[in-house]
This record gives sequence, structure tokens and C-alpha cells, in this order.
Amino acid sequence: MGSIALRNVSKVFGAHTVIPAIDLDISDGEFVVFVGPSGCGKSTLLRLIAGLEDVSGGKILIDGKDATELAPAKRRLSMVFQSYALYPHMSVRSNIAFPLKMAGEDQASIDRKVADAARVLNLTDYLDRKPRQLSGGQRQRVAIGRAIVRQPVAFLFDEPLSNLDAALRVNMRLEISQLHQQLKTTMVYVTHDQVEAMTMADKIVVLNKGNVEQVGTPLELYRRPDNLFVAGFIGSPKMNFITGEIARGHGAHTIGVRPEHIDLSTSAGAWRGTVGVAEHLGSDTFLHVAVDGVGTLTARVGGDFPVRHGDQVYLSPQEGRVHRFNDEGSAIR
Amino acid sequence: MATLHTRSAARAMMAPSVVLLLAWMVVPLAMTIYFSFLRYNLLMPGMEEWVGFDNYRYFLTDPAFFQAIFNTLAIVLGVLLITVLGGIGLALLLDQPMFGQGIVRILVIAPFLIMPTVAALVWKNMFMNPVNGLFAYLARSVGLPPFDFLNNAPLLSIILIVAWQWLPFATLILLTALQSLDEEQKEAAQMDGAGAWSRFTYLTLPHLSRAITVVILIHTIFLLSVFAEILVTTNGGPGTQSTNLTFLVYAQALLQFDVGGASAGGIIAVILANIVAFFLMRMIGKTLEA
Repeated sequence: MGSIALRNVSKVFGAHTVIPAIDLDISDGEFVVFVGPSGCGKSTLLRLIAGLEDVSGGKILIDGKDATELAPAKRRLSMVFQSYALYPHMSVRSNIAFPLKMAGEDQASIDRKVADAARVLNLTDYLDRKPRQLSGGQRQRVAIGRAIVRQPVAFLFDEPLSNLDAALRVNMRLEISQLHQQLKTTMVYVTHDQVEAMTMADKIVVLNKGNVEQVGTPLELYRRPDNLFVAGFIGSPKMNFITGEIARGHGAHTIGVRPEHIDLSTSAGAWRGTVGVAEHLGSDTFLHVAVDGVGTLTARVGGDFPVRHGDQVYLSPQEGRVHRFNDEGSAIR
Repeated sequence: MATLHTRSAARAMMAPSVVLLLAWMVVPLAMTIYFSFLRYNLLMPGMEEWVGFDNYRYFLTDPAFFQAIFNTLAIVLGVLLITVLGGIGLALLLDQPMFGQGIVRILVIAPFLIMPTVAALVWKNMFMNPVNGLFAYLARSVGLPPFDFLNNAPLLSIILIVAWQWLPFATLILLTALQSLDEEQKEAAQMDGAGAWSRFTYLTLPHLSRAITVVILIHTIFLLSVFAEILVTTNGGPGTQSTNLTFLVYAQALLQFDVGGASAGGIIAVILANIVAFFLMRMIGKTLEA
């Protein structure tokens, strides 16, 4: 019901190529996250799917049918915007009912669907308020409510959580995931936050400068990054990259080791270094260690590892957890 | 202004301007009220005497008075109708991306920068003149007899001239309001299946309501006292067909030299303006609050 396919889709603004020819398949019911640094074209890609921008070349298939030339409303997609884009002079009820009203449904079925959506999203008590009387999270839910009443073939989310504070963001992340379990509708979600991508996605599409760097499940991307960009982008804190003599010893131009895959010892190990900064999170401690002849590496250790600024430590990468990259940045397997 | 001290300091600082403003308003108003109870004719200096409400009685029973009230309201409503509807239309057009947008916008604003007497004379002599005017030329070129606007439809002509002058202002305010409409809201409405007309009625118009209110308010204030356009085109005539309240007061004072009667007229104009303001505020106060 809700598959989306991009065939050779490109987008050019004047002389500036934002997206050079992308192929992508999103299958029915999947939760796909487009992730990448700002300016990588992920929002543009979403707007192309929504029909808010015209493609410069290629085809967009929705549900197997060519939708490249269809108007946004005819694609049966719903979108949740970064600013929520609620209609400020309408009550929550009218906001949610708006797409149904535009579709010309009769009042009884509009009322029923709005009540259903409000119940799912815990908005029943707020139906008669105006958007400006709601908190950020509630506004977000109204925007989602407006998207679900139409029963679209797919939902599009354009960085929906970036205007919320950290605690609420974690909450809404969970709510959106639960909503996806409940509705089983295809969702396409754009974010620059790799944590959101990792926690919510069935499939992550990593974009960089308009190119698809890698497509895969969160754990695939984490375990087997195709190149330096994906390796550096996925995972927090960032993967450590080491070039030079040590990398050549592993038969690569660059090697990458995640902070959580470094063993620390105060007595012996592969590399010796001095602790620069220790970030204590309670459960974990992130150590920024200045290693002789390598540079600063980040390592994750348990919360009770007894080191302080200036201490000497030894680091050793865990066997089989070292990622190797050639001089073009691609993974060597 | 949190503490008692800062509050009293603030009051002391405001006092000079408040006093000045009060003096500026209270003195002329008091003098006008005083004159309105005198028989005060410039042709008979030194013969002023107290006549009570006689001036008011004469002014209110003058047949020209009712004509003037009607004309005043007709000018206000007529011009408002043209400027608000035309302003919305022009603002929507100017909001579209097009070639030479900057120059077109300046041209649209231009009439507002022309002083009223000049604008009215341009209209009178270059457009509406039945012999030399552009409209007469156009009428003749399709074989119709030229229409003498200022003699046959004086009130309508004045409404047209004044509307032409005030249209740019309305357009400007509505255009800026239009540009502040959130792009994502428009896109959301588009995704929700709203066509161009629905987007206009459900999204644009409510968004513009505050700007429209401002336009109505400011226009009404200025349109109640239209004067220069009448003076240089029709002189209130033919008869009193294009005389509004302002012009009637002027005629009373400076054509009939009756300062007492004119003062009474002025006070009546003030009272009428306040009645209009009262209804206006009630009607649109809600919009401004929201």
C-alpha cells in the first residue's frame, strides 16, 4: 500500500546541483530515516517526495504508480513540518479536521475521525484550544493528528523534533515509534540527529552532499560502515580515525576504532597516552586521551574507572573491531 | 517599572510631554466650544454676544448638514471598500515572483507620495475633464459622448480620486502582512488538499485580518476629514452634492465668515467622529486582541 520508489531522481537549483541522481526503494510499512549533516539535501529529497518541489529529472513512484507530476494533495502523503505549520487562527479541532474538510467529507465522519485521532494522541481535552495555547509537545501532536486523519499511504516528517527540548524529544521519539507500531504505515523521517536515526529507523539512508552514502539497518551501519563518512557520522561519540604508521600496520590507509571498542589499562597496552579530559556521565566515562604519535583518541570506559586528568593510560583496540579504509575512504573488507 | 520609586520617576519624566499634549488639545477645544456659543461673525467685529445653542440649532437644521453627513459617510465607506478590496488584490499580485518586482512596487507606492491637491488637480484636468481629459478622449474614440465626471457624478469622482491616493497605503500594509505568512503553513495547506481559493479563505484572509483592521482604522481617521480634494475639484458642488462635514465647516467659517456657526459645526464633527470611533473600536477591538 505505501511503497515509495525513487528512480534516478535529481534536483538542480540554477547552477547548483543539490541532488545528483538518486535511486531509492522504501517498502510498505517501513520506517525510513534520512540522516546527514545540514545542507546534505535530505529535506529537499523529502520535499521532492511530497511534491512541494518539482524534480529536475527522474521518476517518483508511489505505490507503484508514477507520481512525478502529481500535485502534493493527490499523492496521498501527509507531512509533519519542522515548525508544525498549524493554522494559528483555528482551534485544534479545526486544524485536525482541515484535510478532511478539504476532501469534502461529511460532518459526522469528520467528527468521528477527529475524535479518534484526538484519543490516540491524548488531545481530547485540548480540542477547543488554539495552537498558541498549547505547549511544544502538544503542538507537535496536533500536527501529527492532522497528518493521520487523512489515512495517508505514507507519513513524511521533516525534522519534527528539533524545536523541542531534550527531555521532550526523547518522549516524542518514543511516541512516534509507538505510533508506527500501531499504524504500520510507511514513514519517512528526516533528521540531522544520528541518535534519532539509530533509535527509530528500520532503515537508515545516510546522505552527504546529495549522495546516498549507505543504506541499511541501524546496526548494519554501525557494524559495517561502507566508508569514512558513514563511520564518522553514525555512533556517538564519534569513531576515532588513525592514519599513518599504525594504519599501515593494519594494511589500510586509515583505521577506525569506536570509543566503546577500546580497552583501557593503567599498566600495559598497544598505545600509551595521557588523559586530557574525562567526561563522567555516571554510567560511563568518556576519556579524551592524547596518544603519542597518533593524536587525541576518545575512549569509553565504565563509570568507575579510576583515572583523572594527566594520568598515564594504555589503550588497545579490541580484536576484530577495527575498521579499515583505503585512501579513497572506502571500507576494506 | 517594578518598584514604587521607578514608577514615580517614570511619571515625572512623562509629565512634560503629557502636559504639552494636553495643552495642545485642550486649549483649541475649549476655544472652539466657547466660540460655538457666541454670535461671532468676521464681518461684524466687536459685536460678539452670547447666544446659547442658537448656532447648533442653525447648523443642525441646515439642509446642507444632512447632505454633508451622508457625503462624509459615503466617502469613508466608498473609499474603504475600494482600498481594502483593491489593496488585497494588488498585494496578492505584487507578492507573486515576477520580473522587475522592485520597480513595480515603487510605482505602486507612488500615488501616496503625491500631495492631495496635486493629485486631485491631475485627475480633474488630465483625466476627468470633459474636453481635454483622458477619459473623454477614450469615450470619443469609441464614439461615445464624453462624460462630465465632476458635474454629473461629483461624489463618485471624489471617492475615486481619494481611493486612488489611499490604495497604495492599503496595498503596502497588506503586502507586508502577506509576506509574513509562514511558508510552511501554505505548504501544509497544499498537502492537506486545499486549492488556491481555500488557501486564500482559510489561511490568507484570517492571517490578513489584523492588517485589514489597521487599514480600516487609519483610513477612517483620515477619510473623515477629506478636504483638499474637494476644494480643488468641485468646491463642494454642484450645490452641496459633494460637500462633506469638513468642507461645510470650512464654508461656514471662511465663505460666510460665521465663526460661531463653524465652531458649532466643528464640535458636532468631533462628536460624530467619536461615535464612529466608538463603533469602529467595538467592531474591530476583538481582532486586535487576538
